[in-house]
Amino acid sequence: MNLTTLLEMVASGNGDTVLIGSKEQGLTGEELRARASAGAKLIQDAGSQTVVYLGGNGPAFPVALFAAAYAAVPFLPLNYRLSAEQIDEILARQPKPFLISDDPLRTGHGALSLEEFLNLAAPGGAPHEPGGADGEDIAVLLMTSGTTAAPKSAVLRHRHLTSYVLGSVEFASAEPGDATIVCVPPYHIAAVANLISNLYAGRRVVYLDHFTAADWLDIVTKEQITNAMVVPTMLVRIVRELDKRGTPGPGSLRGLSYGGAKIAATVLADALRLFPTTGFVNAYGLTETASSIAVLGPEDHRDALASEDPHVRARLASVGRALPGVEIEIHDPLGRPCAPGVVGDIVVRGPQIAGEYKESGSLVDPAGWFHTRDLGHIDGEGFIFVQGRSDDTIIRGGENIAPAEIEDVLARHPAVADVAVAAIPHEEWGQGIGAFVVLKEGQTEEEDELKNWVRSQLRSSKTPDLVRFVPELPTTPTGKILRRDLVRSLATEAAR
Amino acid sequence: MALKTGSQLRTSASGCEVVVIRGTEAEGALLCAGGQMVAETPAQPASGDAGGSTLPVGKRYTDTESGVEVLVVKPGAGPLSFDGRELSLKAAKALPASD
Repeated sequence: MNLTTLLEMVASGNGDTVLIGSKEQGLTGEELRARASAGAKLIQDAGSQTVVYLGGNGPAFPVALFAAAYAAVPFLPLNYRLSAEQIDEILARQPKPFLISDDPLRTGHGALSLEEFLNLAAPGGAPHEPGGADGEDIAVLLMTSGTTAAPKSAVLRHRHLTSYVLGSVEFASAEPGDATIVCVPPYHIAAVANLISNLYAGRRVVYLDHFTAADWLDIVTKEQITNAMVVPTMLVRIVRELDKRGTPGPGSLRGLSYGGAKIAATVLADALRLFPTTGFVNAYGLTETASSIAVLGPEDHRDALASEDPHVRARLASVGRALPGVEIEIHDPLGRPCAPGVVGDIVVRGPQIAGEYKESGSLVDPAGWFHTRDLGHIDGEGFIFVQGRSDDTIIRGGENIAPAEIEDVLARHPAVADVAVAAIPHEEWGQGIGAFVVLKEGQTEEEDELKNWVRSQLRSSKTPDLVRFVPELPTTPTGKILRRDLVRSLATEAAR
Repeated sequence: MALKTGSQLRTSASGCEVVVIRGTEAEGALLCAGGQMVAETPAQPASGDAGGSTLPVGKRYTDTESGVEVLVVKPGAGPLSFDGRELSLKAAKALPASD
C-alpha cells in the first residue's frame, strides 16, 4: 500500500466533494486523483527521479505530491526562502529532478511554474503508466529546520505516512461542510501530514499562503472553517489581533490544534478565553516521526483548567499522551526506562516512526526506539512533558542546565513578554547562561533585577551570566527559536 | 496461508480490495464473496457483485479469534471471512483532529 491507495479511497468514497480550496472553485477528490495521475505521466515522460516543489501553499502542492507517488519517485518540497546557491546545492544532489517552482526564472533548471504544471496535469490528460510505489519506497524527503545543526534530509517512506494516517484518522469521519485552514509551509511535515489526513477524513483543506492574523481570521469566518492548525507564534498574533478588534474568536471553529514549538502559558490562557467554544489540541511530533506522536485533547484541556489539583492543572503545559500504535518512553543515559516524573531522553517507536536521514541512514536503535533528542518526563498517568532539545543543554562548569527551567522562571516576571536562554561562551565555566529577554511594552527593567529574580528562585549556578534585551526573538517560519542567531549577535556586538 | 500486515489483497469474485492492517501467522484463507483474496492481480477482472451486500470503502473488519483486521480500500460485494469465520465491522474510533 502507498499514498495513492489512500487517494483512490478518497476518490471512491468522497469523489464529488470539494476537498482542496474554496467551495466554488476547489478540487473534488476525483479531480485531484485525475490531475495527480496526469501529473505522474509528465514525470514519467521526463524520466525524472525526484519531484522538487519550490512554491507556496495551493492546489499545485497536493497535485504534485500525489503525482510523485503515482510515478513512484520521492517528493521533495523546499523552502522558497532559500538562497539561489542553497537551492543549486540541493538540486545538484538530486538525480534528474522534476522541478516545479513559483519563480521558474529564478531557479532555471527547466522548471515549470505552478500554473504551467497545473495546466499540463489537467484532468482528462493521459494517465500515468501503472506500477506504483511500494510501501518501502521513499514518499517524501524533508529538510530538517536545522536550528541546532546543518539541515539534513529526513526520509519518509510510504509505509510511515500511511501508518500515521491509518493509526490516527477514521476514513470519511468529517461532517459534511467541515473545513480546515492550513498556513504552515509545504516543506514542513505538518503540511504534508495535514493534507493527507484531512483528505482521508473528507475535510476540505483551505490554504492561506502568507499568514497574517487578520487574513486568517477573515478566511476562517468567510469559509466557515471548523478546524485549524497553527504554530504558537501564529496563535500569539491571532490573540493580539482579537484583542485589538475586541471580538471573540470565530464561532465556526470547533477544533484548534497547536504545536511545533513551546507555547507560553499566558498565550494559551488568552486563547482559551477568546475561543470559549473551541476544542484545543496540543500535538507533539517530529519530521522524523511522520507528524504527531502524542496529543493533548480538548477534554484534557478542560479537565486541567477546571482542576484544583496542581498535578492535573500542570497538564495544560503537557503534550498529552501517546497516540494509539505509538509507544513513548523516557530513557536515562544508559537506555533504561525512567520512573514517572524523572527527566530523561524522550524515545519513541511504532510503524509510523521513520528516524532516517539520506545523509546518515537509520538512527533507530536495534530495539526499534528512535531518540527524539528532546528531553522530558512522563507523569503517573502517561502525560508527556517536553522540556527542550538536549542539544540546547548548557554545560556550565560540568553542570548540565536545561534552558527551559530558567526560561520558565524569567517568563513569570511581570515585565517579561518573551524569553530564550542559551549557552554562551564563558572564560571560567566553558559555557555560561545567556538570557535574551523581550520586555512588555512600556517596561524598563535592569539586567541585575532579572538576575536577582532568577537567583531568588533557583540555585546561583542557574543565574544568567548575561541578560540582553532584544526587540523580538528570531524564529524559523514555524516558530522554533533560533538560539544560534541570538548567541551570534553577541559576537557581532563584541566585534563592534 | 498467513496474512502479512500491509499487503493489499484482491479476488476475482468481487471488486472489493483490502489492505491487511493486522496480519496473522495463523493458517487460514481470507475469502471475499466466496473467492480467496490474494496479492496478485487476478487474471480475470472481477466478475461482478454476485455476493452479499457491498462493503464500503474505508471500513475496517476484524476476526476476534485470530486478531486479523483489514481495511476496505476498494468497494465491492462481501462478505469477508477468515478461516471460515465471517469478519465483523469494527466501530469507528473517535480521535481529535491533530492536524
